[in-house]
Amino acid sequence: MNSYSVINSRAPRLDAPDKATGRAFYTDDLYFPNMLYGALLQSPLAHARILNIDISRAKRLPGVKSVVTAKDVQIIRYGVSPARYDETILAVDKVRYVGDEVAAVAAVDWETAQEALGLIQVDYEELPAVFDPFEAMTEGAPQIHDAYTRNICAEVHQEFGNVEAAFEQCDLIHEHRFVNKRQDAAFLEPNNAVAVYDQLGYLTLYTSTQVPHYVQRTVSMVLKIPIGRVRVVKPYVGGGFGPKASASTLELAACLLSIKTHRPVKLHFNREQVFLHSRARHQFFHTFKTGVKKDGTLLALHNTCILEGGAYSSFGIATVYYAGSLLGGPYKLPHMKYDGFRVYTNRPACGAQRGHGGVAARAGFEQQLDIIAEKLGIDPVELRLKNIMEAGDTTCNELNMSSLGMKECIEAIRDHSDWKQKKGRLPKGKGIGLACGFFVSGAGYPIYRSDTYHATVVVKISEDGGTVQLQTGSAEIGQGSDTAFAMIAAEALGVRYEDVRVVSGDTDLSVDLGAYSSRQTLMTGYAAKDAAEDAKCQILEVLSEALNVPVEKISVRNGLVFFEGATPDYMPIRLAYIKEHRGWPYDDRPHDDHLTFKEAARLAYLKRGTIVGTGKYKPPKLGGSFRGAAVGTSPAYGCSAMIAEVSVDLETGEVTVEKVTDAHDCGLAINRTSVEGQMEGSVAMGLGEALFEEVKFNDQGQIINASLGEYKIPTALDVPPVQSIIIESNEPNGPYGAKEVGEGAIMPTIPAILNAVYDATGVRITELPITSERIWRALKEKK
Amino acid sequence: MKINVNGRDYKIAAKPWRTLLEVLRYELGFTGTKEGCGTGSCGSCTVLMDGKAVNACLVFIAEAKGKAITTIEGLSREGKLHPLQQAFIDEGAVQCGFCTPGVILTAKAFLDSNPQPSESQIREAIAGNLCRCTGYDKIVRAIMNAAQAADKGRV
Ligand code: FES
Ligand code: FES
Repeated sequence: MNSYSVINSRAPRLDAPDKATGRAFYTDDLYFPNMLYGALLQSPLAHARILNIDISRAKRLPGVKSVVTAKDVQIIRYGVSPARYDETILAVDKVRYVGDEVAAVAAVDWETAQEALGLIQVDYEELPAVFDPFEAMTEGAPQIHDAYTRNICAEVHQEFGNVEAAFEQCDLIHEHRFVNKRQDAAFLEPNNAVAVYDQLGYLTLYTSTQVPHYVQRTVSMVLKIPIGRVRVVKPYVGGGFGPKASASTLELAACLLSIKTHRPVKLHFNREQVFLHSRARHQFFHTFKTGVKKDGTLLALHNTCILEGGAYSSFGIATVYYAGSLLGGPYKLPHMKYDGFRVYTNRPACGAQRGHGGVAARAGFEQQLDIIAEKLGIDPVELRLKNIMEAGDTTCNELNMSSLGMKECIEAIRDHSDWKQKKGRLPKGKGIGLACGFFVSGAGYPIYRSDTYHATVVVKISEDGGTVQLQTGSAEIGQGSDTAFAMIAAEALGVRYEDVRVVSGDTDLSVDLGAYSSRQTLMTGYAAKDAAEDAKCQILEVLSEALNVPVEKISVRNGLVFFEGATPDYMPIRLAYIKEHRGWPYDDRPHDDHLTFKEAARLAYLKRGTIVGTGKYKPPKLGGSFRGAAVGTSPAYGCSAMIAEVSVDLETGEVTVEKVTDAHDCGLAINRTSVEGQMEGSVAMGLGEALFEEVKFNDQGQIINASLGEYKIPTALDVPPVQSIIIESNEPNGPYGAKEVGEGAIMPTIPAILNAVYDATGVRITELPITSERIWRALKEKK
Repeated sequence: MKINVNGRDYKIAAKPWRTLLEVLRYELGFTGTKEGCGTGSCGSCTVLMDGKAVNACLVFIAEAKGKAITTIEGLSREGKLHPLQQAFIDEGAVQCGFCTPGVILTAKAFLDSNPQPSESQIREAIAGNLCRCTGYDKIVRAIMNAAQAADKGRV
């Protein structure tokens, strides 16, 4: 075992007491004096030209303070990737999906704002709309954005090795098509924003975001306010999972209305609007053609994918790249070809969701591996173990597996689930299935091209030396990042975890790219460690000088200072400390038979002023130089494997997932409970996508299940107990060897269930969700 | 009109068609009660009304007249956490925390009527409370532990 004092434990989360008592503030809990309430007018049509907007009646309604349309702002396009800035704060000339925002209102209360929306008269000329990506790509289809013919938003063609030549060497080639459905992230907290514009021209935006930094930059760019005058604050966030990882009209409109009215303005999405805004999982139409040798050696993959993207790009360029690049591992695959198209349609924009771009690809490919294993008569575990990569391997698309406990993950779940006893031996209607996956531990490059640090952290010691404040712009959105950074800082400084306080989610505190691409533990964690070490170094320098002991001979642990060799006389430091705190409660005075960190830190303060340590992180140059090489590069990769055991009612086709055995390699687990929490949450989200989640539309482009009643996510009755096994490799690029878990953990869930369902029924379902109807049909066809 | 929240009477000015959720959050400042859907589907707004768990977004304020309401803020007394709250913290059953007040109150009402539940009874009891973060495992375990701790307390 290791010898850490704080990390790698099950320290209780810092934010849990506030959250369990209702004290934690989320954006909608904020109230400011004189605050106005905003509302957004959204398009009822999927595709239409705006002929005229008449806001005069709305403006005259008593209580209405501002009504804005695209005419009221200089239009500056924004989006996620600068290469595809295709959104505007409010619709200009055209609406492109049901829900596209047309106007915004601020009034003295919600009711008045809502009433004002009803008084805005918009004349539309309806245009033909297109909802199917294949149709959208045909010549003559309605064009959604002028610049993009055949509605192709992004197109990728990559080949590593020589796939055609490799297929000639193969003994078996299998091809199949796999389709998922649009998933909604269904975080429990609907999006909220409150903007406060002050007399000096400073704008503060409180918002339920995953990425304060990117929101700050977007607000600054779109509303033309210098970055230093825009502050974005993220109160507690009730889940994000991807769709909260970019700036939205909600946020920009709140800012705009606050600037216009000089009053605080609050805007929120109701649940239906959350569905309309979407930015969640795309629908992917994959075709995989995989070639292997008789002995199961993987040789080549040709992967083709069409993504239904909705009306705007959002994360789409990255998504279409990820849908290819994330099949480069975790198996040795010398030849890989990828053709991907992301297509605009007149539906809400899709974006990033947990396992960005790779979830459907992984589901279909792992299913295909099982098909191949069966054809070759090889056990699916053996097929995978035969091809597995190891630490130090590089994929054909130049992703470097600096640590990889993939083999250990497979072996762990195999042994904990009695795979050998169960596989092929379960009664009809019962099945067991396995799958693997891997994911980036933070994107190797920021979303906009830049040399920026990905994370900076400040560690400040209180003047009495007793409390450490860690300041970071990173985003605690429920995953437990604040707690992880407190643990890392405590470990690095040698103080107790309870003595570290984290302030986070505020662009005033530091630069941090935020919670996406499963990046914070590695990147912000690295900067946290760096900052803590810097502060500690300053303190030890002063101490070393005062006691005349070389710095290398001093160490700190659990808040106590240890000396190698003879302990110097530290009594003068102690007496000075006690003298300064005369009359204070005894407990607060150092009294151990060790010099304390507190005394040392106080001494440092007296010599140097406030002790502030700074830390930073920027990945080294990563990956290949081919087009799109940036997407998929990461300083490290997490990996996982899962076994699902299911029972299927062969009469009705109903699937029950009965047991899950899950293993994830997160490098070193900073907080073991939080790692399990991410694994278990991933299983639930994957299970939902596998079994029943699907955003459904009518032929007008309207969502017909835009509520949590009709869009079903898993309840406690749907999710089985999960046995979570943490596998710890030592990641050389991560703080204390740590890397990701948040997103990668979802990778094997869907295919493990798919493979188990096949084992139980003998039918392959290649279109999600695996509804009872689909199974029932497949069973009937088979008969 | 008067309602009693966490043991204290409040005079309410709200129109009778206002929901209990709106009044609790925006009039009385009990923001620990969350709104996840507003349509009775998620359980984030769960409060206790005369000891029974209800979705506050579905209760008109007129229906709460004269009733005793308990919100999450009323569960801990003088900083002392309720055993369920402590168990949620200890077990890691809290992630984003948005569902947490609702789940804890649902569990409270449930344990009051069924102090020694089985795991499947717990799952059944909280099936109306959606949680997107935890996968429910640690929530179920926390409720189980709180029940067991209370049981030991009784002996
Ligand atoms: S807000 Fe009341 S049940 Fe969802
Ligand atoms: S902890 Fe986030 S919804 Fe339950």
